[in-house]
Amino acid sequence: MPAYVSLLAPCVCLEGWLFYTRFLLRKPLIVTVRLRIILWFVFGVSSPFQRLLISPSPLTVHDTLKLDEPGLVRALQAGDEQVFAAVMDWYSGSLLRLAMSYVPSRAVAEEVVQETWMGVFEGIHRFESRSSFKTWLFRILTNRAKTRGIRESRYEPSGLSTSSPDADEGPSLEDSLFVAEGSRMGHWKDPPHDWEPDTPERVLLSKECRAAIETAIENLPATQRQVMTLRDIEGVSSEEICNILGISETNQRVLLHRARTKVRRELNPYVQGDNT
Amino acid sequence: METNLKHKLMRYMVGNFSCQDIAQLITDYMDGSLTFTERIRFQMHLGLCFACRNYLRQMKYTIATLRQLPPEPVPQHVREELLERFRAWKQRSPQSSVKSETD
Repeated sequence: MPAYVSLLAPCVCLEGWLFYTRFLLRKPLIVTVRLRIILWFVFGVSSPFQRLLISPSPLTVHDTLKLDEPGLVRALQAGDEQVFAAVMDWYSGSLLRLAMSYVPSRAVAEEVVQETWMGVFEGIHRFESRSSFKTWLFRILTNRAKTRGIRESRYEPSGLSTSSPDADEGPSLEDSLFVAEGSRMGHWKDPPHDWEPDTPERVLLSKECRAAIETAIENLPATQRQVMTLRDIEGVSSEEICNILGISETNQRVLLHRARTKVRRELNPYVQGDNT
Repeated sequence: METNLKHKLMRYMVGNFSCQDIAQLITDYMDGSLTFTERIRFQMHLGLCFACRNYLRQMKYTIATLRQLPPEPVPQHVREELLERFRAWKQRSPQSSVKSETD
């Protein structure tokens, strides 16, 4: 038996143990970090592959207002204008971005956002905290935007209810990137290279790059765009997205995966090479 | 010949997850929704395949970039109009709540 096989078994065992402790300690990163260290010693894998971590949880409206969720709802019910203005400033941009995926123009999207806030005034006394305020707010928006989108004949509600998400899509996007047959089947035709170690903030400073990302998002099918807007741009959790958009968890993941793959492809030329 | 052997070896060691599988499962992996064995196979592949490590890093980079996108600017007149409506609602609100109580 070759030496590497005997080394593999402890790795697998250790990984299993780490996976178990992950539930106890809730430290998901530790799992991959430790495994990487072991693999580095065993197989000489020298490149740290988790250099870029997803940014920690961003500030929420509760942090800026120093109010918890029930406090926020009570303040809105009591008609606190300062709180309302802060909440409005916080969420309007996100609402507008999401509304734009339902309706054909920005002007209509702005109207939908206004209607949404009107819906919030009307409904805040009936809000029972069965979902978070954010989920409730986004659900009001999606309901109004759907109605408006149908009226403006852009949004087709059948898109979400079909079993396969975005049925108009062909086979998986990635297929063309891999060798289709022979001994190298399933391997990269052109392996992805390391991107420039620029921070995302600096990448976004480049107008061309930002325009490319915005265009890529605009060109996504409506459902993919909605999921990506909520998940990656606004940082809404996957359960909340399923609640807001009324889709299954699996559907949500498939849509998100397709959207991310497309945006990555658009970002690629700007981060690779000297364009940045 | 050498690369063939390397790929055969990799496939044997990483439990037949190809790079294509990795690319397809990457969102599930980041979501933490892979099963125990899938996760191990995924990580074993990552440990051995620099291209897939790069791909994972690129995906994380893409997400981090998307998260940094600034919110859509809302025109000032929309904001002002909404605040006006809010004030109007506030004035109306106590009456309407009294009304609903008496109903």
